[in-house]
Amino acid sequence: MANVRNEARPLSPHLSIWKWGPSMAVSITHRVTGSGMATVGTILFVWWLVALASGPAAYAAFLDLFTVKSGALNIAGYVFGIGLTLSFFQHMSSGIRHLFLDQGANFELKANKTTATLTYVAAVLLTAAFWAYIIWGKTNG
Amino acid sequence: MGNGTSIGKVRGLGSAHEGAHHWWHQRLTAGANLILTLWFVLSIALLPAYDFETARHWIAQTQVAVPLILLVLTTFYHFRLGLQVVIEDYQHDETHIVLMVLLNFFTLAAGTTAIFSILKIAFTAGAAL
Repeated sequence: MANVRNEARPLSPHLSIWKWGPSMAVSITHRVTGSGMATVGTILFVWWLVALASGPAAYAAFLDLFTVKSGALNIAGYVFGIGLTLSFFQHMSSGIRHLFLDQGANFELKANKTTATLTYVAAVLLTAAFWAYIIWGKTNG
Repeated sequence: MGNGTSIGKVRGLGSAHEGAHHWWHQRLTAGANLILTLWFVLSIALLPAYDFETARHWIAQTQVAVPLILLVLTTFYHFRLGLQVVIEDYQHDETHIVLMVLLNFFTLAAGTTAIFSILKIAFTAGAAL
């Protein structure tokens, strides 16, 4: 079916032949972050809602996976928490850039490369701001 | 051929007569997601605490439960469209069909569970468990 290919025919140039740049990296990162949130993010989000709907014991069991006794996050809490928020802000920044590309805008080489890099900068800054507020913002306020 | 707008020119073309709807729904839900997920992430950050009672009373409010259900609808539809493209790009033949069936089951099962949980919280938060 779709996989049958004449081995004598050359393949079109693919990933291995191009020099990597920010635009390619953002494209595959968009897919990876989207797939990650769709699977891991969905399962944790639904689990959180089910635990809240089920009662204090179920919610305590959910929180216990991601926190230490004092209520602060444990390693798993930080890995999933930062992983998912970084994925979210990256997918969002990259998605906004994509909406401009859909209009036929921002295909000039330099601007395209700059905005690709900017999605990473924005994602890291927004994730840092989110966690800085969660960890330090409340104790002082 | 439509009245000359760019979307009108492609509407109804192609063997399935509906090729643009996947692309368009992905964008439509992207716009809705942008508003709803930003609201959700900001609200989570601004919650005074993350214990059982605080989280439950937050969700139980109408102005939270309704946008949260909308968020489930738009994000789950968006990821279903997105994962479809990932499956179509990397899997072919029988595997493609099996994964698409599983994707549809997963999206609907997870979405229904999420919405049921939100409604259950909203309708019972004031009552004794």
